[in-house]
Amino acid sequence: MKPAPFDYVRATTRDEVLTLLAEGSEQVRVLAGGQSLMAVLNMRFAQPGLLVDITAVEELRRIERRGDTLVVGAAVRQAELLAWPGLAETVPLVARALPWVGHYQTRNRGTIGGSLVHADPSAELPLCLATLGGSVVLESRRRRRTVPADDFFQGVLTTAREPDEVLTEVHLPVARPGSRFGFREVAMRHGDFALVALAAEVRGDEAWLGVGGVADRPVVRRMKPGAALADDLDALAWELGGEDDGHASARYRRQLVRELGYTLLTETAP
Amino acid sequence: MATATQESTTSALGERQTRLEDDALLRGLGQYADDLATTPGTLQAAVLRSPHAHARLVALDAGEALAMPGVHAVLTGADVQRWAAPLPVGVRQPMEHWCLAVDRVRYVGEPVAVVVADSRYLAEDALDAIRADYEVLDAVVATEAAVAGDAPVLHEAVGSNVVNDRSFSYGEPDRAFREAARHVSLKIDYPRNSCTPIECYVVVARYDPADGGYDVAANFQGPFALHSVMARALKVSGAGLRLRTPPDSGGSFGIKQGVLSYVVLMALAARKAGAPVKWVEDRLEHLQAASSATNRVTTIEAAVAEDGRIQGLRYDQLDDCGAYLRAPEPATFYRMHGTLTGAYAVRNLAVRNRVVLTNKTPSGLNRGFGGPQVYFALERLVQHVAVELGLDPLTVILRNLIPADAFPYRAPAGSLLDSGNYHAAVELARTGGGLQELEERRAAARAAGRYYGIGFAAVVEPSISNMGYITTAMTPEERRRAGPKNGAVSTATLTVDPLGSVSVQIASVPQGQGHRTAAAQVVADVLGVPREAVSVHVALDTGKDAWSIASGNYSSRFAGAVAGAVHKAATRARDRLARIAAAQMGADPGDLVFADGRIHDRNDPARSLSFHRAAGAVHWSPGLLPEDEPGGLRETAFWSPPELAAPDDDDRINSSLCYGFVFDYCGVDIDPVTGRVTLDRYVTTHDAGRLLNPDLVDGQIRGGFAQAVGAALYEELAYGDDGSFRSGTLADYLIPTAAEVPEPVILHQETPSPFTPLGAKGVGEGNNMSTPVCIANAVADALGQRDIRLPLTPSRVREMIGITESEPPAAHAAPSIEAPAGGSTLRATGVVELEADADTVYHAMLDPGVLSRIIPGCHALEQDGDNAYRADVTVGVGLIKARFEARVSLTDLDPPHALRLNGAGSSAVGTAEGGAAVRLSPREGGGTQLAYDYQAAVTGKVASVGARMLQGASRVVVDQIFARLRQEVDGPGASAGDRAWGRRFRAWLLRLLGRGGAP
Repeated sequence: MKPAPFDYVRATTRDEVLTLLAEGSEQVRVLAGGQSLMAVLNMRFAQPGLLVDITAVEELRRIERRGDTLVVGAAVRQAELLAWPGLAETVPLVARALPWVGHYQTRNRGTIGGSLVHADPSAELPLCLATLGGSVVLESRRRRRTVPADDFFQGVLTTAREPDEVLTEVHLPVARPGSRFGFREVAMRHGDFALVALAAEVRGDEAWLGVGGVADRPVVRRMKPGAALADDLDALAWELGGEDDGHASARYRRQLVRELGYTLLTETAP
Repeated sequence: MATATQESTTSALGERQTRLEDDALLRGLGQYADDLATTPGTLQAAVLRSPHAHARLVALDAGEALAMPGVHAVLTGADVQRWAAPLPVGVRQPMEHWCLAVDRVRYVGEPVAVVVADSRYLAEDALDAIRADYEVLDAVVATEAAVAGDAPVLHEAVGSNVVNDRSFSYGEPDRAFREAARHVSLKIDYPRNSCTPIECYVVVARYDPADGGYDVAANFQGPFALHSVMARALKVSGAGLRLRTPPDSGGSFGIKQGVLSYVVLMALAARKAGAPVKWVEDRLEHLQAASSATNRVTTIEAAVAEDGRIQGLRYDQLDDCGAYLRAPEPATFYRMHGTLTGAYAVRNLAVRNRVVLTNKTPSGLNRGFGGPQVYFALERLVQHVAVELGLDPLTVILRNLIPADAFPYRAPAGSLLDSGNYHAAVELARTGGGLQELEERRAAARAAGRYYGIGFAAVVEPSISNMGYITTAMTPEERRRAGPKNGAVSTATLTVDPLGSVSVQIASVPQGQGHRTAAAQVVADVLGVPREAVSVHVALDTGKDAWSIASGNYSSRFAGAVAGAVHKAATRARDRLARIAAAQMGADPGDLVFADGRIHDRNDPARSLSFHRAAGAVHWSPGLLPEDEPGGLRETAFWSPPELAAPDDDDRINSSLCYGFVFDYCGVDIDPVTGRVTLDRYVTTHDAGRLLNPDLVDGQIRGGFAQAVGAALYEELAYGDDGSFRSGTLADYLIPTAAEVPEPVILHQETPSPFTPLGAKGVGEGNNMSTPVCIANAVADALGQRDIRLPLTPSRVREMIGITESEPPAAHAAPSIEAPAGGSTLRATGVVELEADADTVYHAMLDPGVLSRIIPGCHALEQDGDNAYRADVTVGVGLIKARFEARVSLTDLDPPHALRLNGAGSSAVGTAEGGAAVRLSPREGGGTQLAYDYQAAVTGKVASVGARMLQGASRVVVDQIFARLRQEVDGPGASAGDRAWGRRFRAWLLRLLGRGGAP
């Protein structure tokens, strides 16, 4: 379990990152905390020629509020965002979900951007971004573009990022007055990948339910609290499908979408 | 000769004392196997392993690897055949287990070659350059399937996968069943799991061409009977294999027995390289290919009276030992054989034991060895008897327990249960653990509509194995021919140096239990010195230290056997010192008392001699010693209990010397939605004879309990139907952490063993035996279920509670929703709507140019027959990329309606094989509908660690193929937005319905 040889650059500016990506393209991997990438390298499932470490790029380490958006730099550690004062008021859903991301130790290394780009279908941060209707900024020498979560996540470990692009910013919509949020996760042990993760936002008559761990990406659907909710959840469960794996059956995952989804939406509603 | 007595104020056996080991360990000063100094020029090894569960090894080409910088040697099966012999096996069958695959591989992860290089990095680079060609054979994975007549046979010369089949009858089981009022039976499928150490295998090996011997340091735990197995495999005498073990261990729990085949392998690698070789096993290697407990299929039946008394028991057991019967298997069966009636006074017993081989990793020692499998069946059955008869489970247990006045009790299959008072222990547990309170909590929880259950388990915990029990696998006739094997020799050496300090060498190879602490306590107690004055050496060197075949760390033998040998050696030394001191003091040796670092005359308190002065005399002034006292002070004691006889002609075997008692109960609360099992309270009561140090005992109980919670709720070494291994990381093989393990209520009763020098029994394995079934019984009680399979994952428990789903809506009834059970085959279907007509589409697919463009990452496509190609394909999903040497073919051609697209490839990360049936049909209003149904199988490293995402990842790859095909035939403008195609459409639809343009 030793990686194949690679070069390593600890970049200090965004320009440096973009240049290296433009030149190296497919041969380059961005290292943004390494909580998935290092394991993959050690297993030799990836053998990039160059690792560009972005965690020392100051521009990518900022957390700032811009109007109705909380902008989180890609290289902000998960632990840093969790410790950011005002997180619970600004993006309450993220404040609730972050403690479920891995463990204390992995959150000290893992970054917000890294988790999103990795696009694990069971991961909490992609689920939050999708549920909140957030977006990411992808930059390359060619262009800078803002991609909504729904277009960004394209399947298992698959995103809209092009090989020469780097995710630089994460845009999380700031909670609007009257919005209520809920988060539930069922995992084998605390810190494990979610068997099912559910995120909810309820505002007045409107409600959104995001589901992670069932389909090949986080899926968000508008729900109507009320008599038809159980039927809507059943339809959603079937649409998500789910897979059997060593830890849980697809049926189990669908049932949790139905039952825990109902509980979560009911609890979250005022 | 008069015997001196000791009255120690500095150390007393039986007191709670902190561990002498921990100070260094907590400060990072431990000396683990990987910390051992190596000689300059030591090279590093990496092992090439089979990605297949069953295959013929057709060719192996290491030429390119050998040419790489820093690579010194590659060891192959041909070298092993030249220099070594197969590992000896415990049953007479024509099967060969080489330490390296010779012409066939039989489990995923089986070693195929060893690269020796300057560093592990370079060695792993070279692994990727070795070409191994396999002809894949059908694998057999399920234990019962391996017994079937049409099963693929692993060892052709044996002709069957059942390599040992023995039946036993004790008492009159047939009559008991004929006459009993009731028969109650259960079938149990006990899964594969393993008590997993933090530290994996480490071997440092050297070959001496001058004398042809091998010198190996390895974190081997014993039993040292296996030293003979290694020496014979290396074709050297016992002295020709000098084996050393490190002072500290990062855990073993039986697992480090299995390093034996790597001791042989790395010894040969060192010979090939002409230099010392070091190998450190990584976690994937460990989980995949080290060792594990056996999985077992048991049919168990009880003949029962209406009052719950069990009059007879029948076991039909299939033990799955994996691909090879590695020594000491089939010991998992016979370690427990004499004790198959457990804690119960059942006199009639029938047993059939079949040892089965399958395409899985060879099994071996594992904490609890044989106990978890036996007691899961027996104690589930007792709980089920209670349910069937409408009795309380505790009533059934109490009516069947062996009465206190029956000890020593000879069980029908031969175990001589040395001592115990089982009824008293149950009473202690009932009152001390608050059973009544749990019953009230259960009643309250059930009244509130929750699932709450109480489970019990009564377990006899054997310790100090009879080295002859394994021969029960042979018939009496075979045993007569082979000669008797029995006993359990333990040894200790005590030395007093010229400055009066005491050192003790033991051959118990501790793996974290605190043997140094307990041995120091024993010696301090006998010699009346502070325990800090006693140095205990546990690193074993077979070239210098005293050892026997029974040496090592297994069957909880320390407290009973090794501490007893330490006591014997210390007592001898004390008696010699008493005579020496008596001569100097003019006293009677019988009047001398060893205490507080001095030797006192009990008749004259003023007269005393310091311990170090008396001890020094044997070195500094031997001329003044009493006559017949030789001088020097080094005592090596050997101890073997006479009770451990060989199996008799009726196959009765006293498989262990001591038998402790464990009685557990617990309350579990089950979440009705998530199915999560929460331990409300766990009470465990132990009678392990005399306790040498209750702190060490409680540590053993907590550790075994934690692993047993893992076995009950989390852990399974999972295999696909094709034998692919599916638990290659600790994110797949889930070990409970401190957060998942509650603190059990621990209670002790002490009924000393009459057979061990200190009255102590082993205590290291009881909870591994009792806890899994105790939790299972509680879940059975909570849910009213009969068939309980471990691990009790939330999903499995929720399925037992019941999931009633509506029929899936028509749009979702496609097979893509469910992967087949077992999960080894990936399967999905999809539909692509194309504008081009069927002829165009069909011919495009037959065009090699098009094919090379639609296969993602296809670098070179070469014709290799009609519609058959070789290609170099880089498959990527997210950050994962692998380069495959692939074969692609188009078969079942039915132009322009149908064809089959097949692919097979191998890469350093594993192999993949699959095919897609493609059907073309005209669309209304023009164009073509392409429907595909693919199946794929993935094996090797990628399947071991990526099982969670394989289905999704394979879909990404297959979707890419047909998306690219659409672009080929319809042009680059073709996009998904206005076309409905399978799953992507659903995703798109969900986006529309969902949060697409939301707030």
